[in-house]
Amino acid sequence: MRQSRIKWHIVVFLAPAVLVYTAIMIVPLFNTLRLSLFTEVDQERVYVGLENFRTLFGDQRWSDSFWNALGNNFWFFFIHMLVQNPIGILLAAILSNPRLRFSAIYRTAIFVPTILSFVIVGFAWKLILSPIWGIAPGMMDAVGLGDFFQPWLGLEETSLTTLALISVWQFVGIPMMLIYAALLSIPDEILEAGECDGLTGFSAFWKIKLPLILPSIGIISILTFVGNFNAFDLIYAAQGALAGPNYSTDILGTFMYRTFFGFQLQLGDPHMGSAIASAMFGIILIGVCFYLFAIQSRMRRYQF
Amino acid sequence: MNKARGNPLNIAAAHGILILYTIIALFPVFVILINSFKERRSIFREPLALPDRESFSTIGYETVFNQGDFFLYFQNSLIVTVATLFFVLLFGAMAAFALAEYKFKGNTLMGLYLALGIMIPIRIGTVAILEMMVATGLVNTLWTLILVYTAQGLPLAIFILSEFMKQVSDDLKNAGRIDGLSEYTIFFKLVLPLVRPAMATVAVFNMIPIWNDLWFPLILAPSEATKTLTLGSQVFIGQFVTDWNAVLSALSMAILPVMVLYVIFSRQLIRGITSGAVK
Repeated sequence: MRQSRIKWHIVVFLAPAVLVYTAIMIVPLFNTLRLSLFTEVDQERVYVGLENFRTLFGDQRWSDSFWNALGNNFWFFFIHMLVQNPIGILLAAILSNPRLRFSAIYRTAIFVPTILSFVIVGFAWKLILSPIWGIAPGMMDAVGLGDFFQPWLGLEETSLTTLALISVWQFVGIPMMLIYAALLSIPDEILEAGECDGLTGFSAFWKIKLPLILPSIGIISILTFVGNFNAFDLIYAAQGALAGPNYSTDILGTFMYRTFFGFQLQLGDPHMGSAIASAMFGIILIGVCFYLFAIQSRMRRYQF
Repeated sequence: MNKARGNPLNIAAAHGILILYTIIALFPVFVILINSFKERRSIFREPLALPDRESFSTIGYETVFNQGDFFLYFQNSLIVTVATLFFVLLFGAMAAFALAEYKFKGNTLMGLYLALGIMIPIRIGTVAILEMMVATGLVNTLWTLILVYTAQGLPLAIFILSEFMKQVSDDLKNAGRIDGLSEYTIFFKLVLPLVRPAMATVAVFNMIPIWNDLWFPLILAPSEATKTLTLGSQVFIGQFVTDWNAVLSALSMAILPVMVLYVIFSRQLIRGITSGAVK
């Protein structure tokens, strides 16, 4: 008898979370995918199949913007992987030394940028790099590099890289903390065993610690990937919705925002916006699947 | 890293790198803060000097207080963040308890379903969320933000909390059952107090992204009455681009509350990350 009865308390415990999550997250997600198959004709919603995607990839004006945004997004991600993660690993490796004093203070201070909002970060750097205020040129002059100063955020060639580096500055605390935690969890016996075999110092890090923290590096990479491919705030705060100069800092998030809401003379188009959102969904899904099946399943995990 | 062996040169090098990076991390914040207390000419003449008796001025803050409704923005942000945390923690803990405690058909499937949202960002569904909020009339209310952030926060909260709930001893719960406590009493009176540290971790993880979010306030609640502090300072700064005093003061005022929260909760946050809550 007990088996067949519905256990109401389980339903009560699960219901609120499942309802909110389903109604606000899952349903809109699929609704957005569905909306990308429609368009508006004379204020009525018409089903057009994959027409929006044909426009997005086939129409020169749309596809140029899309590939530009996608390419910029990959460059944005590439800079993060190349700069953010190595710096994070280096700082974590130094901090994980048990004899180091004040490590809690360093940790707390280096994490500060991560808690600031994109608006603060974007404007603060914009002011600092601004040729009008002259903090950056002034400081570069002081060390004799004054001639190298350029208005980096204002130049097409450098603005995207500059913004990526600002974002790296903001988020370096996260890889640092996660790697730091991974390094602390390596038992001393393993390091001592390595020492008996003559592995100390840098080679101990390279041959023992680094292989052991690879799973953490994998997690950080996928978190960075997902974060970068739905990034929007920093670009919007620093360069506006037009992602200037001349769209050189346009990434998928800003492209979708402009398409969805419209800007200047172009009207907003929720259906094309949904098509771009669907493309973003696809890219993130491919990335996550690649991580789960190709990387995570092959990675050896060590139990201590 | 043979710094572990205590070579003084290496220790010095380690401190050198860390101090250098700490300066890089704090310098922009420092520059903004000191210049917000200076009058216009000294902001430009000596941007790196501390404000002294001659250059000290609060003109920027006066503009901010007169022109922008920062108190209202702050209040909105606070309401949204606190209410969201309440719902994420309550609903998240309840669902986590159901998943961790009871064996029922579809338990694993439900767990996977709820975990989807950890990797898939909620922003992808923005178009449909906006349509739904417009249809239900929730647009430009604080409720719309609370609902969206609750949905966004639940997956990770459930994931972390159920890991912790699995560690609560069965003996305790069974003793409660023998004493005739209902499942609800067991959850609220026995289990919840025991996972309080994990709840604090979840709260801190959720707090910062909600407080700092620009996307959803911009799209779902951009009206003057519902602007959050992040959106409010964004708009304010956009309008006052050339008034450097006002911009610097607005930035400082946006930095201040987060810094206060961070100082209060940084231990919890760092302990949460380093104890492997996000794995």
